[in-house]
Amino acid sequence: MDTSTDIPSQPTSALPRVMLVTVVFAALCAVAFYLYHIAQPLFGAIVLALATGFAVVFGASRFYGARFIFPGIAAVLIFIAFPVIYTVYIGFTNYSSFNLLTYERAVEVLTARASVDPATEQPFAVAEDDSGYRIWLPETALLSEPVTLTGPETAALSEAQEPEALLERRAAVRLRSGLQTLTLTLPNGTQLQNSGLRTFATVTPDYTRTRPDELTRFDGMVLRADHSTGFFVDTAGERVPPGWRVPIGWDNFERIFRSEGIRGPMLRIFVWTFFFAFASVVLTFTLGLTLAVILQWPHLRFKAVYRILLILPYAVPAFISILVFRGLFNQNFGEINLILEALFGIRPNWFTDGTLARTMVLVVNTWLGYPYMMLLAMGFLQNVPEDHKKSAALEGASSVRIFFTITLPQIIPPFLPLLIASFAFNFNNLVLIFLLTRGLPDIPGTVIPAGETDILASFTYRLAFDNAGQQFGLAGAITLLIFLVVAVISYANFVAMRRAAEKRSGRA
Amino acid sequence: MIVERPRDLLIKKIFAHGFLLIFLGLILFPFVVVLSISFREGNFAVGNIIPDNPTLEHWVLAFGFDFTRADGTVVEPPYPVLRWMWNSIKIGLIASAGVLAVATISAYAFSRIRIRGKGAMLDGLFLIQMFPTTLALVAIYAIFDTLGEVSPVLGLDSHLALILIYMAGVTLHIWTIKGYFDSIDTALDKAAAIDGATPWQTFRFIFLPLAVPIMSVVFVLAFIGFINDYPIASVLIRSEDQMTLAVGSRLYLNEFEYLWGDFAAAAILSGLPITVVFLIAQRYLVSGLSEGAVKG
Repeated sequence: MDTSTDIPSQPTSALPRVMLVTVVFAALCAVAFYLYHIAQPLFGAIVLALATGFAVVFGASRFYGARFIFPGIAAVLIFIAFPVIYTVYIGFTNYSSFNLLTYERAVEVLTARASVDPATEQPFAVAEDDSGYRIWLPETALLSEPVTLTGPETAALSEAQEPEALLERRAAVRLRSGLQTLTLTLPNGTQLQNSGLRTFATVTPDYTRTRPDELTRFDGMVLRADHSTGFFVDTAGERVPPGWRVPIGWDNFERIFRSEGIRGPMLRIFVWTFFFAFASVVLTFTLGLTLAVILQWPHLRFKAVYRILLILPYAVPAFISILVFRGLFNQNFGEINLILEALFGIRPNWFTDGTLARTMVLVVNTWLGYPYMMLLAMGFLQNVPEDHKKSAALEGASSVRIFFTITLPQIIPPFLPLLIASFAFNFNNLVLIFLLTRGLPDIPGTVIPAGETDILASFTYRLAFDNAGQQFGLAGAITLLIFLVVAVISYANFVAMRRAAEKRSGRA
Repeated sequence: MIVERPRDLLIKKIFAHGFLLIFLGLILFPFVVVLSISFREGNFAVGNIIPDNPTLEHWVLAFGFDFTRADGTVVEPPYPVLRWMWNSIKIGLIASAGVLAVATISAYAFSRIRIRGKGAMLDGLFLIQMFPTTLALVAIYAIFDTLGEVSPVLGLDSHLALILIYMAGVTLHIWTIKGYFDSIDTALDKAAAIDGATPWQTFRFIFLPLAVPIMSVVFVLAFIGFINDYPIASVLIRSEDQMTLAVGSRLYLNEFEYLWGDFAAAAILSGLPITVVFLIAQRYLVSGLSEGAVKG
């Protein structure tokens, strides 16, 4: 017999669950189908995968355990893994302001272009009628058949008296979307279309789609879609914008490594990024550790007050303090230069001189980062056994020597993963660079926007989102390079973390 | 610790306090200046630390009211600071609540439930966690630009889009909470299992109440992280009304219109609450931090 008297009976509770799972699954499938239907197969596939995963994990009882982690894993896959993969994919396309649209949208844009024949242009008015609207062309005294103005229609024009009830201009403007799809036929067969807010005229489309991948211009020139460059080209080989996004293989990477105008500044930025991240870690660590050691000194009074005040730079939101520094370092009326001028009579131009700008970036980042290191160091210092220090002191070692031979070797191993993480954080410290200098001053003689203080992350950001042509493809390619670096750092951190954990459990 | 001569000790003490005081003077200098600037007249003002003609102009503007100067000219607030603050707080609260819910449940499962491939998944999470979302900005922009054509609710300028992408910040917090759950005695859940509790019930009635302290820490950490986010919000949010504080604040100090005084008041007004929350929470953060968190 079954002894599970006090276990809540699973079978009775299964039905509502199955129903709920079915409903959610069906809803997600409907969304996926809709996305597929409107030509977004990629997003459709993702939603479908999500729906399937959900149905399997929550439907089958054997995946009970996985239900708990499903939301977390799904979030990570959709919001981190997918964007990362998608970025890499964009790195292999020509996605940029020149090739911004999808193929379908590019064709739509081109075929929507039209030339107005000025000779046929004439003003119009709309007359209301019990059976709908009529269009009145006062110059030629023609009146159209009744139209509904709700969708594409064609109406013949014939001579008539001016109707009495003409709509006011404002009311006519409101009917614009209906008017735009209306075609009027003159008695001689010429067709007129809405060519402006107040006029009708003969409108000839510049391009018509004559075959798949082929557009014919009004003058008979045939344009072919070139799917390797993402542009329509005419017979002379001339490109007709707008283009669309196409995969272009390794072209972006070739540009990075071959083009002198990109490779030169990239290399400089690459070196500076490493230097910046490394120097930031060393400076914040040294300063933080020093302060932590002083605060740990048993004879020091007012520790709590010092501690709170020293943490303050960490507590204030970074985006505010960085902007504050942007103001303080201002060359003409920033307080820092006022003081320097009063004391030494100098006024360094922090934002236009490369070396000074880099120094400023490091100073600000040290200010921002040392409290974090100090907090960590205070925690780790407490774990260093007092006995070791005491016995060394009895042997006659100076306090400096004790620090470097006893204390430091004991706190470095647990600190290492955090230092690596801090390195990775600073390696991608876009916020600091972007809010403080925007990467400026510019490196002279480059073909892309690249600044002296730009780190790789801010450089990519500027490539993609500044007004410099929205080079998403190139930015994606550079991001892939950053990913590789971050992957190495991340792995190093992983190993260091493992070691630290093993040491801890070994000692326990 | 060791016996020291009183005279040396005194010198050392003076030296330590002197160093700390000078250092604090340097470190806290920006705060003092900003406070002073927020009461000075005009936006390019140079002057003493205690302003000669203190004015509340910048503060009145920061609170969103018109300010009438002594000569009768009326100044309008340059930017909707309070609205940005509300946007930031709203997005931060919703996203943190979402992250907290997902992270707590996942952490419990990773700590207690036997799942195949758990170790690999945890390692994977740790590695992925090192890739900041900042790096996928191009893709994030492209994704939400496309989704916006489907429905504006999910497009650029939408707070929902921002909240969704913030949910990716869950990995780090899973680790933090898992560390806490790992330290709870397994006898507790064994006892619950013997009494017939399902893993869900064990989580709901035993672990969840125990986890309230760590959950509040994670909530505050996540909240501050989201409030401070600049890159993602700046890419997704373009219209002034929808901006968060971090994105909007930058407008004050652009090349064409340098509103130093207005910025100072707005910065204090918006920075102060966040700072206070952080200082209250920081005592609990140290343990979380040493698990590998980096504020960002």
